[in-house]
Amino acid sequence: MWQELRTELHPAGLEIVTVALDTGGAEAARPWIEAAKPEHPALIDQAHVVDEMFGIVNVPSGVWIDEEGIIVRPPETAFPERTRFRDRPIPTDAPPGLRHRLELAKGIRVEPEKYIAALRDWVAHGSASRYALSPDEVLRRVGPRPMDAATAAAEFELGQHLYRLGRTDLAVGHFRQAHRLQPDNWTYRRQAWTLADPDQGPTDIYDSDWVRDVERIGPEHYYAPLEMG
Amino acid sequence: MILEQLQVAPDDFEQRTGWSIKPQGACKGEMCVPLPPRKDVLLDVRVVADRLGMPLVADEPTGLWSLGPEASGQVLTSVEAPDLALPDLDGRVFHLRSLRGSKVLLLAWASW
Repeated sequence: MWQELRTELHPAGLEIVTVALDTGGAEAARPWIEAAKPEHPALIDQAHVVDEMFGIVNVPSGVWIDEEGIIVRPPETAFPERTRFRDRPIPTDAPPGLRHRLELAKGIRVEPEKYIAALRDWVAHGSASRYALSPDEVLRRVGPRPMDAATAAAEFELGQHLYRLGRTDLAVGHFRQAHRLQPDNWTYRRQAWTLADPDQGPTDIYDSDWVRDVERIGPEHYYAPLEMG
Repeated sequence: MILEQLQVAPDDFEQRTGWSIKPQGACKGEMCVPLPPRKDVLLDVRVVADRLGMPLVADEPTGLWSLGPEASGQVLTSVEAPDLALPDLDGRVFHLRSLRGSKVLLLAWASW
């Protein structure tokens, strides 16, 4: 998906760098990367360093960086295209659990057309593009890091470290703390749920799961609307 | 930053947190936070964490510590992109800085 856009925009001066936020490391991301056959750098962030560095709270998130290494758009939801399942009817023979999950997923707001149009404009016009934000606006949008969010980052990192050491029994408590301290961080929740159940479904060890939390906030609030001005 | 002990080398601290230890204190970009004088080459993480407003979380059964990012400030202290260095599938480390001169779309995704 991103490779097509890379083929289009690389001659005009854009490079794409994908970063897989995966506690499971290269092996978790490998099937997707090998299928995509990217010509661009496709990196692995096993420790979720990028989340903390840029303030990313869900995926996919895109950050724009100009030729001088200056961030001109902070993290925001970045879909390259409208995923095809959204426009297809849900199969009538789908089990009720799956049907409900698909209904919720269809209700999630995604705005790939808007995002990609803005990206093309920036690649063509650089700092003259109205989508390239001023430093003050970039910093305003990223916002402050309260103590709870900083502590959540420390707890999440500890949870991941313990998980990789094979101490899942100890990791869970730190993941739960991270979830409690920064409830709007979907990355922390989805990653931890996945380690307990690949479908991010209900388990005995977490108080929430993907379906329950998306129901709670409403699928339309799963991603913040793009502020393209 | 995962720690097995609360004394760390200044270079390790800088590599992981972005704060460099200078005579005038702990510095990031144009900001410097004074630190008390130290007798040892190593940093006492508790002191630095307190001065910089970084949370320090313990895992008692293993004796490990985790130092979080500084709180009460901005997530980004500057619009200059941090020099991200991460491996690809084959373990080769790529530096974001090597793309100076190009526009970059940094895209975070996940397999889950």
